[in-house]
Amino acid sequence: MSGAVAGMAAADTAPKAPPAVSRTTSGGPGAGGRLVFSDVSKFYGEVLGVNKVDLDVAPGITGLVGPNGSGKTTLMNLLSGLLRPDRGRVSVLGVTVDQPEELFRLIGYATQYDAFPRRMSGFQFVRDSLRQHGFTPAAAETLARQAIARVGLEEAAGRKVAGYSKGMRQRIKLARAIAHRPAVLILDEPLNGLDPMARADMIDLFRRQAADGLHVLISSHILHEVDDLSDRVVFIDGGYVVAEGRVEGVREEVEEEPIQVLVRCDRPALLASRLFTSDHVSGVTLHDDRQGLLVATRDADSFYLDLNRLVLEDGLVVEQVAPADADVGAVYRYLIGGEMGKTGGRG
Amino acid sequence: MSEATALHETEHEGMAATAEVAHGAASADSELVAAPGSRRMRWAQWWAVTRGEVARQILRRRAIGALGLALLPVLMFSAWALFSASFGDPSVGDSRLMYAVIYQGFILNLVIFFGSVVIFSTLVRREMRDRTLHYHFLSPVRREVLLLGKYAGGVITAWILFGLSTLVSYALCFTPFLSQAPVELQGFFFDGPGFAHAGSYLLVTALAALGYGAVFVFLAMFFKNPVIPALAVFGWEAANFLLPPALKKISVIHYLVSLLPVPVPEGPFAMLSEIPPPWIAVPALLALSAVLVGLAAWKFRRQEILYGED
Repeated sequence: MSGAVAGMAAADTAPKAPPAVSRTTSGGPGAGGRLVFSDVSKFYGEVLGVNKVDLDVAPGITGLVGPNGSGKTTLMNLLSGLLRPDRGRVSVLGVTVDQPEELFRLIGYATQYDAFPRRMSGFQFVRDSLRQHGFTPAAAETLARQAIARVGLEEAAGRKVAGYSKGMRQRIKLARAIAHRPAVLILDEPLNGLDPMARADMIDLFRRQAADGLHVLISSHILHEVDDLSDRVVFIDGGYVVAEGRVEGVREEVEEEPIQVLVRCDRPALLASRLFTSDHVSGVTLHDDRQGLLVATRDADSFYLDLNRLVLEDGLVVEQVAPADADVGAVYRYLIGGEMGKTGGRG
Repeated sequence: MSEATALHETEHEGMAATAEVAHGAASADSELVAAPGSRRMRWAQWWAVTRGEVARQILRRRAIGALGLALLPVLMFSAWALFSASFGDPSVGDSRLMYAVIYQGFILNLVIFFGSVVIFSTLVRREMRDRTLHYHFLSPVRREVLLLGKYAGGVITAWILFGLSTLVSYALCFTPFLSQAPVELQGFFFDGPGFAHAGSYLLVTALAALGYGAVFVFLAMFFKNPVIPALAVFGWEAANFLLPPALKKISVIHYLVSLLPVPVPEGPFAMLSEIPPPWIAVPALLALSAVLVGLAAWKFRRQEILYGED
């Protein structure tokens, strides 16, 4: 991903206008190691799935963020060939969906569908998939056990999946997705139904996969987890990619909203009064604990220069200066508005 | 270091790591039964799908419908074996004709036909309904291989169920003569056509499974609810003897009947036509099946996962 922001001019309107981006297209330089959507559109009859999507996703963890029905699952299904684009081209590490024998060795996809073949144990569910991949019986058993161990389901592997809890079903889907050692892991709401311990384990697993050089494309409603997890984020709304890149970079591009900076110091009231005189500060709010300030600025660089100057002039003791809204949740609010998960429709 | 340089280096590291992942995948590939994309690999994948489909069809609850149909002739001829004495004094020849009539009119036209509807119409549809088809689609298997594997699984299931049903019911048909007319029975089987007829009925059963299987796999790919087209096909097949010779050829039953060892009178309203010899009937049935399965595979290749609409 290039780190560019798409469609910012219309960020406060919904549905968003098509993003005016022009990045690496499949077949271009670097397409062999990336996930590429090139001018991709998908309609369900007259209902828009996604429209004019141009994305170029590099290795690492990429979060896919948007409300229900925004097109997250459609993008993932297009990437995995479960859906075919009406227009445009999708490729995974240079391989297209018309090459299933190559593509599905590269991809592991844990879908959102909470359905399983009947009367199958967790172990059979993973092993049979590997047999269908063409692994020898011995290799399929070994890889299945390894994958099940990685998701922490060894003890339940022999039980029928039908008797699993939601969290266990999520984990066995993940085991199946990683069992053949894919280079690209696509995870649609993988943390749903997991208890906090399991969530932490899974997040750790995703990080390890990404550290091994995998592409991990993950959608989640839980913004702070996306924030913690993702190297980059794709914001999608109404079928359009609204913005994409590193969260901090995307935040800086949202010029309509002043940047919020938290400053903790020994004399916040004094600093507040001094900052009111600065041309680069559009608002100052004393923090609830009265130990710091929330400063709103449209020119962060100039603000930091002013802050340095004031600190030196007044001899303030500064404990912390940190962006207060450069996280996925804040950027989501600015770009898309509202809370996640309130609208219905296709994911 | 500038941000651009840092990003470039990060991406470079990412690419290097991707190369390592690819190396990991290559080591996993060494545990494959054959090279990906090779003919041997496709056979192995086809067999994995076929085997899984047979297990699903026979060992699970879904087998009840087809199994129940397959048991009907067995039950019918079991009753005959037990109570044949109350039907007068039938001869082996009478039983041979009786089996021919029941095989054509009941086993072939009803049991195997509707058994094939149950088995083959649901090969893909049931997985769509259960929302499990995507698991197949996410395997590195060509869709054509996938469909052929599922079709073969259905055919093997039908062969097992209806082949056994045919064989057991045929044996039961002649069981009463073990005590009533053992010499006549021995002559029929060891000096006459008894075993050859059994083989012919088995062959017709096998070809019927192939042919009707192909028809219903095809219909299931093109119709969301294949029951109505299946009933239309049933009407067409049942009325085949009334059709003009040219139209008779566009059916499965026309070729199957020509292979039956004992001709059954079709009644006064039947349109007479030339009976195709086996060397035409068998290839014609195989060709028809291949065309229908080929068309279904073509459609299957373009299938999308849209569970909400199914």
